[in-house]
Amino acid sequence: MPDITIGQAGVYALLGYAVVFAGLIALMLVTILFGKLFTMKKEEKAPVLPAETAVPVPAVAPGTAGKLKLYNVDPKTAAMIMAIVADKMGKPINELRFLSIKEVAE
Amino acid sequence: MNIGEILLKLWNDSGFAYIFAHFANGGWQNFVMIIIGCVLLYLAIVKKFEPLLLCGIAFGCILTNLPGAGLYNQELWNNFMTEGHEAYHSYGTILKEGGLLDFFYIGVKTSIYPCLIFMGVGAMTDFGPLLSNPKNLLLGAAAQLGVFVAFFAAKASGVFTTLEAAAIGIIGGADGPTAIFLTSQLAPHLLGAIAVAAYSYMALIPMIQPPFMKLLTTPEQRKIKMEQTRTVSKTEKIVFPIVVTLFVALLLPDTAPLIGCLMLGNLLNETGVTERLSNTAQNALMNIVTILLSTSVGATMVGSNFLTGQTLLIIVLGVVAFILSTCGGLLGGIMLCKITKGRVNPLIGSAGVSAVPMAARVANKEGQKANPSNFLLMHAMGPNVAGVIGSAIAAGFLLSVFGG
Repeated sequence: MPDITIGQAGVYALLGYAVVFAGLIALMLVTILFGKLFTMKKEEKAPVLPAETAVPVPAVAPGTAGKLKLYNVDPKTAAMIMAIVADKMGKPINELRFLSIKEVAE
Repeated sequence: MNIGEILLKLWNDSGFAYIFAHFANGGWQNFVMIIIGCVLLYLAIVKKFEPLLLCGIAFGCILTNLPGAGLYNQELWNNFMTEGHEAYHSYGTILKEGGLLDFFYIGVKTSIYPCLIFMGVGAMTDFGPLLSNPKNLLLGAAAQLGVFVAFFAAKASGVFTTLEAAAIGIIGGADGPTAIFLTSQLAPHLLGAIAVAAYSYMALIPMIQPPFMKLLTTPEQRKIKMEQTRTVSKTEKIVFPIVVTLFVALLLPDTAPLIGCLMLGNLLNETGVTERLSNTAQNALMNIVTILLSTSVGATMVGSNFLTGQTLLIIVLGVVAFILSTCGGLLGGIMLCKITKGRVNPLIGSAGVSAVPMAARVANKEGQKANPSNFLLMHAMGPNVAGVIGSAIAAGFLLSVFGG
């Protein structure tokens, strides 16, 4: 393309900045729209059970933390890790819920 | 041939002899560039300025300035770019007559390396913070101010052509691969200077940005604690890269290589079924391409090309572009803060300059200085990744208008 004048460069600069804004504003609108669609779908999917038919969640015995999945960790080490975490957090162990403990190989 | 003649021949063939014989006629430039390469290595190794890239750039700079080694041949690439020359756009000539770094450089010239780097960046990026608060995209746009002001300033200086000015402007995007992508298309002879400026300023973000963050925002604004954003579902994260690719590439087709690779990398990471590919894109592929890209960018730092007044001006314009982009993002943040009645901390606007995740970390650090219980990192990651998309769009605009 032929070389442009300084004035034209100013116009191109303004136009470029406007294009970036326009592109990202349009993308923002699309993202908001998709976000709303997904949020609506999520709400539709969540089953609203009547209070009388709701199945009570089996109570977890005091002092237990439910099911815990162990990956390459023996129960003794897992118990030790849970005790250390509870100690560091300053919370009783039966108020914490551990989902899984996995050994990370270096 | 006696021993004396052999030794004399070896001496005459050596780079030392070339430097001494041609010292006044360009040899000093090689010498100075080797010293600059060593300084860059020092900055990378000792000062830890973007060491992953600067190490390769610095070493490439040293290699390309070794007289007689013929690793990179600037004249081959000049012929490659000269319309009407028999070697015009002839990769065959490069492969036949080029050196090792010429072969590496083909990946830059064809834009393969920046795109593959973008794939790795995409695989490492979590768009969750952006999806949970899409208004952050505005900050990514606001922070491209420096790109266009620097383009205008470069053109107004009268020193640079329009194509060179466009390549210089993209330094303000604070995005290395995008800067390399655009410069290799518009002004390949400035690639070394622009890449070094872009990566150096990215490494200096913790020093460049804070003074302007303090200058443009009030202590009250910096103390603002932002609310927890909503949780983004897996499906949204999978759909997002597809939507962005379709939308942005249809809007500005010239951005398709960069945005396409960025989003492919991200998709590989989010699907949950391509873990191996995502790991490769994030680690092995990224590392291999970083080595090739950095060395070949360093190879373009040939003394006769680099040691010019233009390089100094590029470095000055680069820092101006960076500062203005930071200010643009901050002003965008201040506007969002006012519109949302103080629910947005304007500091996160400064993260709109790409430079993932350094700029977000700086925003977080400055927020914590004002209020130690303030955690802005995840909020700043939104504008940060929006900046990556924004700088790709800016590059796409410049390429589409000036690329021919």
